[in-house]
Amino acid sequence: MALLEVEGLSKSFRGLRAVADVSFTVEEQGIVALIGPNGAGKTTCFNLIAGAMRPDAGTVRLSGADITGLRADRVCDAGIGRTFQLVKPFQDLTVLENVTVGALHKSATVAAAKRDAARFLDLMELSDKLHMHAANLTLPDRKRLEVARALATAPKLLLLDEVMAGLRPTETDRMVAALKRLVAETGLTILLIEHVMRAVMALSHHVIVLHHGEKISEGTPEHVTQDPAVLECYLGEGAI
Amino acid sequence: MSDLTASGRAALIAFAALLLVLPWVVSSYVLSVAVICLYLAYVGQAWNLMLGFAGLLSIGHALFVGLGAYASGYLFAKYDVPPAIGIVAAVAIAMLMGAVIGYLGFRFAIGGVYFALLTIAFAEFVRILLEHAKFLGGTQGLFLPVSQESRRGVDLINLRGWPEMYYYVILALCLGAFVLCRALLESRVGYYWRAIRDNPEAAAAVGVDIFRFRMYAVVLSAGMTGAAGVFRAFYDNLLFPDQVLNIEKSIEITLAPIVGGVGTLFGPIFGAFVLTPLSELLTDVVEGLKDLGIIAKNVKTDGAKLLFWGLAVVLIVLFKPTGLWPWVCRRLGLVKAPGARS
Repeated sequence: MALLEVEGLSKSFRGLRAVADVSFTVEEQGIVALIGPNGAGKTTCFNLIAGAMRPDAGTVRLSGADITGLRADRVCDAGIGRTFQLVKPFQDLTVLENVTVGALHKSATVAAAKRDAARFLDLMELSDKLHMHAANLTLPDRKRLEVARALATAPKLLLLDEVMAGLRPTETDRMVAALKRLVAETGLTILLIEHVMRAVMALSHHVIVLHHGEKISEGTPEHVTQDPAVLECYLGEGAI
Repeated sequence: MSDLTASGRAALIAFAALLLVLPWVVSSYVLSVAVICLYLAYVGQAWNLMLGFAGLLSIGHALFVGLGAYASGYLFAKYDVPPAIGIVAAVAIAMLMGAVIGYLGFRFAIGGVYFALLTIAFAEFVRILLEHAKFLGGTQGLFLPVSQESRRGVDLINLRGWPEMYYYVILALCLGAFVLCRALLESRVGYYWRAIRDNPEAAAAVGVDIFRFRMYAVVLSAGMTGAAGVFRAFYDNLLFPDQVLNIEKSIEITLAPIVGGVGTLFGPIFGAFVLTPLSELLTDVVEGLKDLGIIAKNVKTDGAKLLFWGLAVVLIVLFKPTGLWPWVCRRLGLVKAPGARS
């Protein structure tokens, strides 16, 4: 049984079909990438899975349990952590406190949560900024903070929405290495939206391509980057 | 208090010592002003729990004072129930009202300023209801029986005694609220409140049940404020809906935390001790000017206080939007730098 099963997922905004009848599965342990041009419906897809929005149709199952349309906090309880494309730090809390809020999801006490939080911040290379207010962080640091906070909830499945955007190539490589290590060590499964192909190619063993809200291709990174339908949606008709 | 510097600790000890000996060193008038200070610090702390911790703006907090005051006052006046027992009913009714407002606000996603309007609506609704409730005295007011001899001694069960007793009662309430709020802030619920305050969507994404924790904030704040109502009732001994539940009173509750610093623990206390003496002084000055014939006799002194409050809020919002207390802390170096919160 796959960890995540998405079936016939659809969502329209005032007649605009943002996500149209999308189905895919994510197997346990590993990293799956969700790519597509801007406006393809990737983030909407995430919002539907994570409970930030209710789908018009379709089902979402996690380890076989139906979680369709559950509230965001219930989805988190079920075992899905997420980051936001437009980062949403707790502005007036320090870096440590931000991640502590996430860690409290699994920790019995605040002290234990703080210890867990420090561990995840170390992983995301934010240890030297523990007591800075989130509002004062640079964008790449806020992206890292998002990842650390989501990780702290100890999810089975982590949804990462463009966490590499704005990172320098060396920083991207470090993040890639950290995520790979995490998957190998903890058995975590990651579904990520990413435009940085360098990261997609390095991380994922499976890629799903969305365009105009529909799934147009899926397979290994090598497969999808040679799929004419994918090339066409990125480069335009007649480019190949 | 581990985050205080040496000078911060010294200031705290000096302030605590001053508060403890105050009744023995000042006149009864100054003592009455100090009682107002502490009362506003206490209700400010309760109000701050909602806005400063959980990000919920209430401009109807006098409602909870009123409910607490009327509940305990009525039980005492009509059935001789001492306030030591009446406070249970007072707090329960205030909490229930808080739960109703919270449920309506959060279940139907009435956010931000619209939630504030909801709190005003309920406060006004109950005020008008009380004005028409004959058994509670209506507009004629509810009087609590008090005799000359009961103004002496110390009777905590019936909340009757020397003015000094009232001072220590409200001081104890203040201290209790401070300790409670500090503990809450350091606990799971405090972390969740501040997360919801800063970003509800992100809080939900890490598994925080927003509805539940917002309800906790409103109900707890309402209960604490209801307890203040009991004090109010037995300190004033007469209650008029128009005086207890007036929107002016609700705004008064918000002033100390706004001036002192929303979301800080010392802010409401500091704000109350800055604002109250100043507005009392202003009242005295206006009265004096009236006596000297510089200001017309028919000018309402209360108006000067309202003008001063308005001015204070405008100045704070313009120049120190995070409040005076964080600024004072920094200037005087009362708190250690990292994780500076007090």
